[in-house]
Amino acid sequence: MSEEHASTRLIGGYARGDLTMAADTVWALEAHLETCALCRGRLAAAVTTEAPGIAALLDTVHAGLGPQLDAAVQAPARRWRPSWASAWLTPVRAPWLAMTLSVTLLALLLGAAAPPMLFGTASLMVLIAPVLPLCAVAASWSRGLDPAHELTASTARAGLPLLLRRTTSVLAVVLPALLVEGWLTGAMTAAQWLLPSLAFTSTTLALGSVVGVTRAATALVALWGAVIAAPAWDTGRVPLALQPDQLPLWGLLLALGTGIVIARRNAYSLPRNHR
Amino acid sequence: MHPTTSAADTAPKTYAWEIQATGLKVRAGRKKMAVDGLDLSLGMGAHGLLGPNGAGKTTLIRSLATVLRPAEGELELCGRSVTGLGDLRALRRRIGYLPQEFGYYKRFTVREFVEYMAWLKEVPKADIPAAVQRAVERVGLADRADHRMKTLSGGMVRRAGIAQAIVNDPVLLLLDEPTAGLDPAQRLRFRELLQELGRDACVVVSTHLVEDVAAACSDVVLFAEGRLVFQGTPDVLAAAGGSEYPGDSPLERGYSALLQGTEQLRGTW
Repeated sequence: MSEEHASTRLIGGYARGDLTMAADTVWALEAHLETCALCRGRLAAAVTTEAPGIAALLDTVHAGLGPQLDAAVQAPARRWRPSWASAWLTPVRAPWLAMTLSVTLLALLLGAAAPPMLFGTASLMVLIAPVLPLCAVAASWSRGLDPAHELTASTARAGLPLLLRRTTSVLAVVLPALLVEGWLTGAMTAAQWLLPSLAFTSTTLALGSVVGVTRAATALVALWGAVIAAPAWDTGRVPLALQPDQLPLWGLLLALGTGIVIARRNAYSLPRNHR
Repeated sequence: MHPTTSAADTAPKTYAWEIQATGLKVRAGRKKMAVDGLDLSLGMGAHGLLGPNGAGKTTLIRSLATVLRPAEGELELCGRSVTGLGDLRALRRRIGYLPQEFGYYKRFTVREFVEYMAWLKEVPKADIPAAVQRAVERVGLADRADHRMKTLSGGMVRRAGIAQAIVNDPVLLLLDEPTAGLDPAQRLRFRELLQELGRDACVVVSTHLVEDVAAACSDVVLFAEGRLVFQGTPDVLAAAGGSEYPGDSPLERGYSALLQGTEQLRGTW
């Protein structure tokens, strides 16, 4: 704070409870003491030298309180959940993330174990990777899955900021897992599924501002399954939509979704969009 | 040391009423209009919201908590209209809300739960530990602060709910059936807390218990079929009922007298 400090004479007078001190002086001194640790330290020293009566009284109180404080049961300081975790993930989300990760693992195992003719060039992972994050995103903003939803809905952080936080945390877990898997299988380049999955996530959020995030995610997963994944499964080829020359289209979808999310940022605090 | 008051605390108030509703209509579900043309102005103090079951109390409280958006009419909270599609963040920081039935994370301790709610309400990070401790002490849960929520009794869970509602020192405090599940001694303590809170906040307490209102509220709002029936002090409510009306206390008789003629009282119960 300020470079100027109270004089020893002033602090001594204050410690003695000097009644001749002007009220404005006392006021200014107290205002300074509130913000200056150094002068508070000097005041503490001054009390012991200038006002032995007060020091003795304080010692008596300390002596009386000490045994009581020792007898009080210490609460077990159990902080087994770091506070930052609940800022990024609701506690009920852990099972959903675990499920998403196990689906990733399963796809990897199936891809490795199954004979190539079953899937052809389109590995299972290629087909599910773009929509996999949506399952966990859907669970992050839903009335049915979050017990504390009614409480959360009325708070300042409810709405887009919280939704984006939770979506980011989902992507931070799911995308590296998919990346590792893509590298292990070598089936396709990261850009080929990364851009579609980001595009799907942003479209889910954009649609979610109208019909609710969970509904939007369900609809998009169903659409993906019916229009792209099922035919590709049938023919055994990498679907046309995931061919490298389609990437600009996915990029466009990502940009469009992001734009809508930004334009409709206030719509997310409406609880009807939490379904 | 950080200052104990902020600019926001000393800024002049630029609105007349903390809650001002004009012709307010709020839907419950798709069809039913649970609040149907309500005109209400509430300022500082503890206001008891009384009314029969199904009168629309919970819907009204939820719309005051900005959880439900009004279908028609105008609703201003702390001078800010909530009917449009605007950013509610600044307003929501000043609201405390205890729903009638609230879910919580069973594995959280009381302290973690209230801390999490304080974080959601954007209480400044440095103030959270002190604010949480104060809220927990005010509801008498300090000795249970580090117990998990699932080990608490019903009354204690409700008190934890009250603690999360007051942790951000709200200007607008909305409590839906806060005394349900509290034993008589806790109810007395809660009434004291309510009087204390009503001194520097606008507290709306929805309840069935007429005696809670008489003991702790400065103001009674009687509500039936989505409309305002009566607003005034408990004494005026008591004076409205004569001995010919059913009820065990003057307030209950006043309640019956004012509600006479509305659907709910003519029902089977």
